[in-house]
Amino acid sequence: MALKVRIQKRAGGFFLDTEFEAPSGASLALLGASGCGKSMTLQCIAGIQRPDRGRIELDGQVLFDSARRVDLPPQRRRVGYLFQHYALFPHMTGAGNIAAGCLHLERRQRAERVRELTALLRLEGTEDLLPRQMSGGQQQRTALARILASEPRAILLDEPLSALDSALKWKLEQELRDFLDRFPGPALWVSHDLGEVHRSCERICLLECGKSSPVSTVRELMENPGTVSAARLSGCRNLLPVRRGTEAGTVRLPGWGLTLHCAAPWREGVTTLGIRQSTLRLAGEGDVNTFSSQVLRVVEDVSCLLAALGPGEDTAEDAVLWMELDRSERAVLEGAKVLQISVKPEELLLLA
Amino acid sequence: MDWFPLLNSLRIAAIATGATFFLGIWAAYYAARAPRLAKGLLDAVLTLPLVLPPTVVGYLLLLVLGPRRVIGAWVLEHFQVRLTMTWWSAIFGTTVVIFPLMYRTARGAFEAFDETLAYAGRTLGLSDRYVFWHIRMPVCRQGILAGTVLSFARALGEYGATSMIAGYTPGRTATISTTVYQLWRTGQDALALRWVLVNLALSAAVLAAVNLLERKEAGRWR
Repeated sequence: MALKVRIQKRAGGFFLDTEFEAPSGASLALLGASGCGKSMTLQCIAGIQRPDRGRIELDGQVLFDSARRVDLPPQRRRVGYLFQHYALFPHMTGAGNIAAGCLHLERRQRAERVRELTALLRLEGTEDLLPRQMSGGQQQRTALARILASEPRAILLDEPLSALDSALKWKLEQELRDFLDRFPGPALWVSHDLGEVHRSCERICLLECGKSSPVSTVRELMENPGTVSAARLSGCRNLLPVRRGTEAGTVRLPGWGLTLHCAAPWREGVTTLGIRQSTLRLAGEGDVNTFSSQVLRVVEDVSCLLAALGPGEDTAEDAVLWMELDRSERAVLEGAKVLQISVKPEELLLLA
Repeated sequence: MDWFPLLNSLRIAAIATGATFFLGIWAAYYAARAPRLAKGLLDAVLTLPLVLPPTVVGYLLLLVLGPRRVIGAWVLEHFQVRLTMTWWSAIFGTTVVIFPLMYRTARGAFEAFDETLAYAGRTLGLSDRYVFWHIRMPVCRQGILAGTVLSFARALGEYGATSMIAGYTPGRTATISTTVYQLWRTGQDALALRWVLVNLALSAAVLAAVNLLERKEAGRWR
């Protein structure tokens, strides 16, 4: 029981080519920058757009197959779609919106179902409100109730949180996670925000310029992104040109004139070294990969300090290393212009 | 005073507005989603009656509906009905003249419609017909209502095409506007003035209705 997708679609100069499988009872994240075809993928699955080629299968039923000329209309796919702005019908009340999801039921059953869902999603008191009179949370829950009313076999979430301010976003993210935990079918969560995906999904599929990469777990992506773009999407900010070291197990950073020990074996095609800003630390006694660096500037972040480091006073922008420091380490930064830094060999990412 | 012209004007306007309502919405729905080139062409053709003199519209209609013309002759032969010079002949002319008003306002409303609402409806299992009548139309109702009222008001005052295709026969094809012209032409100024006042009152009532609708609308969900 799963959602299997393999589709291609050309739209103007853009080419979408995605393939992934979302298992039941779990959320698969579709992560990518804006304009990389995430929404198009969802719309193809829901039947709103039509792929040029490929196959979409849900729980063993073929929703779309270009070879066999199968193309079910959205009404018969039973795929729930949560839109970014929820797409609640503005002229219907909360109860009316939920009822719109189960018009196939006979009147009395429908009223019963609306009552059930209203209770399930804690929407008591909003039955007679129009969407614009509801809070953001009520709107989201109404949209979810409406989707549940239509008894979907899979749920698609199209950047559900990106239109919200950060306080509300956090709250609605929890609610959405609770909701998805209880949903038995596959769920596809489209996002460009790694943090959101990291907290809510077990597995992840990267989408870059319309091309999808193989599905991996979120942890795999963090530990071994493999490519520069995957590393960037996974939040790695330090990406420096790298060469193979002369000794085995070492790499050379030309921008810094440094040679570092690296636990990952060198492979063909590696061009870039990724160093997460959180893995750089102030060097202690006996650390390997210790080097000195110039503090170029310090940026105050929400929960930490970020220091821009370079090999010398005038460092090219692409050689700058960003390092995360605890607020308690502020004194260190104020004291010295030069810091001794180290990074563990197993935390260096070799990227192609 | 014979009230026939008032009754005739009202029934012509009502029927023509009813026909234009469906025709205009139908055309607007497809034009709003047509590709750009087709849309431009369609737009030009469908808006033409707005800029053509109504007498030209009437003349063009006579060219096809006249008793010795393509459609007119065919209908006369098969149904023994003349399409011109009856009270309902004016409906053809009026419908063509007011069509662009309905079409353009409805198209504007449809273009402003958030298509994700229709997508949402379809993924929820609602039929395309339901989505159209219960989601798209109510959400666009302000523009569509405005177009309808505007069309009706314009239909009440239609003169040019009506005079060409239905002529002026007292008690049979006379409308308010053709009556006013006829009375003035034959020197019955006092009677003409009465009809002018009737017309003014009618227009004022229509405009008041528009205002009322707009005020009611503002209190709704928008």
